Amino acid sequence: MKYLDEYRDEKIARGIVAELSRRATQPWVLMEICGGQTHTLMRYGIDDLLPAGIELVHGPGCPVCVTSLETIDKAIAIASHPEATLISYGDMLRVPGSRTDLFHVKAQGGDVRVVYSPTEAVKFAHANPGRKVVFFAVGFETTAPANAMAVWQAKREGLKNFSILASHVLVPPAIRVLLSSPRNRVQGFIGPGHVCTVMGYREYEDLVREFRLPIVVGGFEPLDLLQAILMLVTQLEEGRAEVENQYVRSVTYEGNLRAQKVLAEVFEICDRKWRGIGGIPESGLALREAYAEFDADRIFGTEGVTAEEPAECISAEVLQGLKKPTDCSAFGTRCTPENPIGAPMVSSEGACAAYYQYRRHAIAAKANH
Amino acid sequence: MPPEGKLDTALNCPVPIAAGESILLGHGSGGRMSGDLLRNIVLPALQNPALDQLNDQAIVDVGGSRIAFTTDSFVVKPLFFPGGDIGTLAVNGTVNDLAMGGATPLFLSLALILEEGLPLDILRRVMESIRVAAALAGVAVVTGDTKVVEKGSGDGLFVNTSGIGLVSSGIRLSADQARPADCVLLSGNIGDHGITILSQREGLEFESAVASDTSALHTLVASMLRASLDIRCLRDPTRGGLSSSLNEIASRSHVGIELEENSIPIREEVQGACEMLGLDPLYVANEGKLVAIVEPNAAERILEAMHQHPLGLNARMIGTVTRSHPTMVSLRTRLGTSRIVDLLAGDQLPRIC
Repeated sequence: MKYLDEYRDEKIARGIVAELSRRATQPWVLMEICGGQTHTLMRYGIDDLLPAGIELVHGPGCPVCVTSLETIDKAIAIASHPEATLISYGDMLRVPGSRTDLFHVKAQGGDVRVVYSPTEAVKFAHANPGRKVVFFAVGFETTAPANAMAVWQAKREGLKNFSILASHVLVPPAIRVLLSSPRNRVQGFIGPGHVCTVMGYREYEDLVREFRLPIVVGGFEPLDLLQAILMLVTQLEEGRAEVENQYVRSVTYEGNLRAQKVLAEVFEICDRKWRGIGGIPESGLALREAYAEFDADRIFGTEGVTAEEPAECISAEVLQGLKKPTDCSAFGTRCTPENPIGAPMVSSEGACAAYYQYRRHAIAAKANH
Repeated sequence: MPPEGKLDTALNCPVPIAAGESILLGHGSGGRMSGDLLRNIVLPALQNPALDQLNDQAIVDVGGSRIAFTTDSFVVKPLFFPGGDIGTLAVNGTVNDLAMGGATPLFLSLALILEEGLPLDILRRVMESIRVAAALAGVAVVTGDTKVVEKGSGDGLFVNTSGIGLVSSGIRLSADQARPADCVLLSGNIGDHGITILSQREGLEFESAVASDTSALHTLVASMLRASLDIRCLRDPTRGGLSSSLNEIASRSHVGIELEENSIPIREEVQGACEMLGLDPLYVANEGKLVAIVEPNAAERILEAMHQHPLGLNARMIGTVTRSHPTMVSLRTRLGTSRIVDLLAGDQLPRIC
C-alpha cells in the first residue's frame, strides 16, 4: 500500500541495521516515548534486528497506561450516573479502576459508548438533549486539540448537556522527571512524532541543553524507528546532543500553530498525577475557568475522588524504563490482557500488553535455552 | 490452593476484576473470553462425542448416513450494509458452517426474533434477501419460528438459522488433524466484512468503498474436494478473524502455524481503514472466506482448483504447519522478523492515537 509499504521494506531495514552495527562501538540505552512506537517495535520484532548492545526501554507514552486510577474511578462514577452518557475512545473501557472497569459498568446498564472523535460526542449531545453527555478526554498533546475543539464548539453552539472529563498529560515534563531520577539509564530519546506534529519540537531543545543528551523525533513505521535509532546512535558516537527530526513528513519545528491556539484557548497547564509515576508538576492540561461549565468533574462532583495504586504492579518501573515487563512476577500469569493488574497490560500500546501479544514465544524460547 | 486459613498473597490480585461476574460484550468476540465461556459454563452441561469435536458443525451418523448439523445466530448492526444484510448472512453463515465439514448443505430452519415496532418493510426486505440467498445456495428453508419481544427487549431483528447437510464417505475434516509440514491456504482477501460493518456503525462512520464478502462457500469446497481429498481441516474465519481460526486449529491439533505476512492478501481500502483505526486485519471478521489446512503434496492441486472458482480467484498459500511452538500461531513479518499472532481476549479495541 502506498505510503506504508515504503516504510516497511525489509531490504532497507537490513541496510539501516548494518549501518547501525558499523557505527555503534559501545552499548547504548535508548527510550522510545510513545506507546504507538512501542507497539510497532513489538509488532515488527525490531528489537530482534538491532545489534547486541543497543537496548530499547519503553517510555511512559501510552495514554491509557498513564491515566491515573482516580481518573478511571471518576469516569466509572460518572458512567454509573443514570442521566449520564460517557463517551470514550475504545481502549479506555477495559482499564481497571479501583473496583471495576467501564466494560462492567456498561454490562450493568451504564450508558458507555465508543467513538473515534470527540466531535461525534458533541453530535450525540445535540441529538440527545435529555442526556448529560461526557467525553472522556485522555491522551497527550496529540489528542488534546481535537478535544479542545469539541469544547470550543460546544460553547459556541451554547450546548448545555456536553462536558469533558479532562485528563490530558504532557510529554516534556515526564521526560524531565525520568532524566532527573538518580536511577535513570536512558542515554537518548526517540521523541514522540505525533505529539511533535502538534507541538513542534522547540520545547525539546531545552531538555537537550539541560540534560546533554540527544532526542530524535521519530515516526511510527518500522523504518522510521530504525532510522531514528541510527540518528541517535550517530549523535551519541559523535558526542553530540541535539534535537533532530526524523519524522519530517509530519513534524515541523513550529508544529501545528492553529492546534496550539485552540489548546491555549480552552486548556491551561496544571499539575497531574500519572499512573505508575505519581504527581508531576505542570504536566497536564485542565479546562480554563472560562470553560468551567464543560468540566464533568465539577458537574458530577467527582473532584474529591482519590485512589491508591495496587502494590504488586511494577508499572511505575516499567513506565520509567527501569524494568522490562517480563521482570514482573505477575507478567503473563496473574496479569494478562484478560485480567490486567496494571494499566500497561490493557492497551495494545502498553509495554506489557505489547510484550504479551507479540513477543511471548521469543521470551519462552530464551527461557528454554 | 492455599492451605486453609492462610491468605495466598501470590494469588491475591490487587485489582480483581474477574471476567466472570456477568456477560460482557467481549464474551461474544470469538476470542479467549468466548472460549472460556464455552469451556467453563456451556460445554460442561452438555458433553457428548459429537459436540466435543468443537468443529463449526457436528457430524452424526443417522441410519448409515453422515449428517452435518449446525446452528448460528445473527445479531448484526446495522441490519443492512454494503454487500448484504442480516438475511444473506443468516443463510450464508449456516451454509458455510456445513460446508466447512465438507457437507453438501440441504435444509435450513429459520427463527426470527422481532422487536415490537420493527417496520414490516424491513422484514420484507430481509425475507427477500433470505429467499435469494437460499436459492443461490441451493438450500430450502423447510421450517421456522417467529417470536415478538417487547420494545427495548431486542434490537430490531435477531435471526437464527440451523442447517443440515450430507457428508460423503471419505471426507473427514476436523480442526484436530493438522500435521507438521501441512500447508495453509486462504481463499482470498481478509477483513472486508468486518471493516464494512465498522464503517457503518453509529459514531464511527467513515467513507469506504469496501463491501461485505458474504457468500456461500460450499461450491468452492466441493471443487477443492474434487481436486483432492487430502484436506485436513477447513474453517471460515468469521468473528475473531483469521487469527482466531488458526489459533483454534493450532491448539486443537497441538501444532504450530507459521504465516508469511507478505502472502496474506488484503484489499488496500481494508488495510487503510485498519491503519487508521489501529486494528489488525488478522482479527477482522470475514463472511465469505475459508482457510484450509492441506497435505503438502496436494497443496498445488487444491490451490489450482480454488483459482478456477469465482470465490477463490485470489487464493494463496499463506503459511505452513510446524512442529515448533505448538499451539501458537506466529507470523514472519515483512521485515523478516517473527511475532506471535495471539488469540485476543475480547474484541479488538480501536486505539486512541
